[in-house]
Amino acid sequence: MAKIKIDQANDIAVERMMSARPILTGIATARDVIPNMEDNLLLHAGPPVEWEQMSGPMQGAVIGGLIFEGLVDNETDAVSMVEAGEVKFAPCHEHSSVGPMAGVTTASMKVYEVTNTTHGNVAYSNLNEGYGKVLRYGAFSDDVITKLRWMNDVLAPVLSEALVKSENGIDVRQLLSESLHMGDEGHNRNKAGSILYTAKLAPMVTKLAIDSNIASEALQFLADNALSVLNPVMAACKSMADAAHGVDGSTLMTIMARNGTELGIRISGLGDKWFTGPVGQPDGLYFPGFTAEDASGDIGDSTITETVGIGGFAMASAPAIVAFVSGTPQDAINATMEMYEITVSEHSHFTIPALNFRGTPVGVDIRKVVELGITPRINTGIAHRDAGVGQVGAGLVRPPMNVFEDALVSYAEHYGLV
Amino acid sequence: MTNVTGEIRSGTYFDSVVLMQLQKGMLELDGVLDAGVMMGTQANKDVLDQSGLLPSSCRIAVAEDLIIAVKADSVSQASAALKHVDVLLNKRKLIADDQEFRPRSLDMAVRTLPNSQWVIVSVPGRYAAGVAREALGFGKHVFLYSDNVSLEDEVSLKTMAADKGLLVMGPDCGTAVIDGVGLGFANQSQSGSVGIVAASGTGLQALTVTIDNLGSGITNAIGTGGRDLNQQVGGITSRQALDVLNRDTNTKVIILTSKPISSRSAMELMQVLHALEKPVVVNFLGYAPPAYQIGNVFFASTLREAAKLAIELCDKLDLSTNMKSDSQKKFASSQRYIRGLFSGGTLAYETLLVLRAFTTGVYSNIPIDESYKLDDHASSHKHTIIDMGEDEFTIGRLHPMIDSDLRLRRFKQEAADPETAVILLDVVLGYGSHSNPAAELAPIISEAKSLARRSGRHLEVVVLVVGTVSDPQDVVAQTNILRKAGAHIETNADEAAIYVGNIISGLNTTSKASLRPVVLDSSGQSLAAINVGLESFYESLIRQGAEAIHVDWQPPAQGKDNLMDLLAKMKS
Repeated sequence: MAKIKIDQANDIAVERMMSARPILTGIATARDVIPNMEDNLLLHAGPPVEWEQMSGPMQGAVIGGLIFEGLVDNETDAVSMVEAGEVKFAPCHEHSSVGPMAGVTTASMKVYEVTNTTHGNVAYSNLNEGYGKVLRYGAFSDDVITKLRWMNDVLAPVLSEALVKSENGIDVRQLLSESLHMGDEGHNRNKAGSILYTAKLAPMVTKLAIDSNIASEALQFLADNALSVLNPVMAACKSMADAAHGVDGSTLMTIMARNGTELGIRISGLGDKWFTGPVGQPDGLYFPGFTAEDASGDIGDSTITETVGIGGFAMASAPAIVAFVSGTPQDAINATMEMYEITVSEHSHFTIPALNFRGTPVGVDIRKVVELGITPRINTGIAHRDAGVGQVGAGLVRPPMNVFEDALVSYAEHYGLV
Repeated sequence: MTNVTGEIRSGTYFDSVVLMQLQKGMLELDGVLDAGVMMGTQANKDVLDQSGLLPSSCRIAVAEDLIIAVKADSVSQASAALKHVDVLLNKRKLIADDQEFRPRSLDMAVRTLPNSQWVIVSVPGRYAAGVAREALGFGKHVFLYSDNVSLEDEVSLKTMAADKGLLVMGPDCGTAVIDGVGLGFANQSQSGSVGIVAASGTGLQALTVTIDNLGSGITNAIGTGGRDLNQQVGGITSRQALDVLNRDTNTKVIILTSKPISSRSAMELMQVLHALEKPVVVNFLGYAPPAYQIGNVFFASTLREAAKLAIELCDKLDLSTNMKSDSQKKFASSQRYIRGLFSGGTLAYETLLVLRAFTTGVYSNIPIDESYKLDDHASSHKHTIIDMGEDEFTIGRLHPMIDSDLRLRRFKQEAADPETAVILLDVVLGYGSHSNPAAELAPIISEAKSLARRSGRHLEVVVLVVGTVSDPQDVVAQTNILRKAGAHIETNADEAAIYVGNIISGLNTTSKASLRPVVLDSSGQSLAAINVGLESFYESLIRQGAEAIHVDWQPPAQGKDNLMDLLAKMKS
């Protein structure tokens, strides 16, 4: 057997990850564009999970999704329908998609389409609902559903048309490069990115709008939400990560995602196999009135940002949120420095001013994670453990070490090293 | 009623300072009477046991395990104290987090301090060779403080280092002074002209201190680790270190010290010493030197004596004087060996003894080491010293002191051998001996020399003349005759042996595998080091003004053997 050249495979994989050029080209209905989407299929964040094992926010989002889809009218019917086995569940990641927090995506939902023009693959993500009571945190009351419908029926067409009419779409990689220089890290903090995003859309939205009230509402919605750009960013990251997946012999992590119960990773050279372990409890700061007791287990596909070298990995570029990492700007720099230990490259497009424009650490090598005992840092929002309460804080969490150890053992078996 | 409880944490590593702080922190907790936090080595377990701090649950701990044990007034207080361990550890971490980033891997440390020349390794022995090997892979010299490194690993590390022109000091190397900066345990001493190579840590410290107290100073003091001069290791580091100091323009005199070593290693090293251009003061504890001085090598029996002698030599030394004979310049390349034809057995034996300091392989019919016994006394092999007074030569004839016929024939035989560079003869005068041995020898010597000259060789003939002016033959008259014939005259066996020893070590240097030179002060920049292990070594580097970085090292794969094995297979 020829010796596998792991370093070389990882170089290829990370190069594909960095050279991927994600362009946001439009918004479409999930059923029409997401591969193998079905009307009774409900996509969710993280690795596969059954209803019984789902966390509070995830179950709430499932109920909300079914109501939004018009399949049921209320919680009781939704639960009956699920228990009758009439609903199929699958991870967003298995359908070229990603979704923040619960990540619930249904067939009628509008989704962003992001095309990696370098390698040709496409990734999808739903639209961000803003703060407060929202589906992604498991809320499914009438006002939540009403807002979702407005997003689907009013907001999405406006944005879609603007994107289609703007000649080249929006280059998300370029937008991120810029926002990382403006105090964002691309996961917990997307303030600058969301402003850039709104600014790019505004001229086209106003130009195309037949009704200026709708244009105003749409732009106001984007501008009020510092996470507006998170979903297209996540889809962009997904398109980069997918480009790096499937490189024979590579030990790079190409997916890391949480469903509130388990965290799962996938490895570039190990095909479709998930390696899972129990999610951790984020260590963070809580909104007034909430404590760690209220927190749900770690949840969401948004760790796709860390997977491609931003988010927690780019902490040094976001000194404003160092409180999440317990302190000082030096802590933020140390957080990024630590991630260089477990990555194979420095990003050629995402750079950090505070580190003398050094590229962000990119391409997590499971060998380094296991050898050094350092797991990836994740910046994350914290959901309330009960469905529908919403976000209660934000902070830092790490994946369980066993997923990397299991992946390493599996790799050795797969490649005949044992 | 007191209660002792404890727990084991596997695959964790903390430096001992942290453990002591943790222990202190636990003692301040409510109801805690005593606490012990130690790695689970047998020695540590004994210590804990003696203090009644080794609950049965902790007896199974191994060296890589951390034992945390508490003695408290009540069970609940004891378990509360155990639960508090993480709080105490994290408290420290919070303080540490305010510092500059501390790399966890050597890879990162090298990228952070790329101009570092040294990696200081003091991690537990089980992991030390791995870290050292990685350091050599990055092109760094290694100061290997860790002990419990196998001899096999030592040999492979040093061989790898030598191939790359790098130095491995250690394992179990406690001290060194490089470029004025002390590594490990070291004393602050002034800079000067003495270079030190030491296989003994305290020996090195004692020397630097004595030299400093005597008002002088050192250039570099290089530790080798106690086993470097073992047969298996072959003195790789010692040889490299000697070469470094030999080339160093600031070093005038070198001191070499070691705990007792086998005389075979000592002999081998002696040849290296003779090839150096500088005076070397040797202090091998327990080694009986053949002389006070042999060429450039001086022997001292104590550390203090070595220090004093080295300083004296520095003061006296006129560096332009070459202490060695320069007669070797004329030899042909085929000429490599000495042939000694003795009539006196004791003179032959003393010659063999002194020559040990220059070369290991001298064949003889009366060898010191039986493996160098000549197969055939009638024909020489490589370096050969023959006692022609032995029975095999005297059966049916007179002793060579009276009848030189056999010896003269053998002389011609050796002179005709193109491999012969030097012929050493003794001439013992006095009553009873031949009445005019010089008259017999002289024509043969001059003829042999001119024969050799005609075939492009230089034949060196050394005659050891033993006699007085009052002897019937008159020593002065005899030596005049021999000198005229072109012989070099010596009057003592040890001096004669040193004279020829210098010649042969000069002849055979080219055949020795030459070391790849080690460069300690690359492009004149000052010392910069990466510290992996004991944090106090890092702190003392910083205090000395050296550039340094500390690696927050942890056992690879949290000490899990199966994963470490897999990782080793997955390094591509």
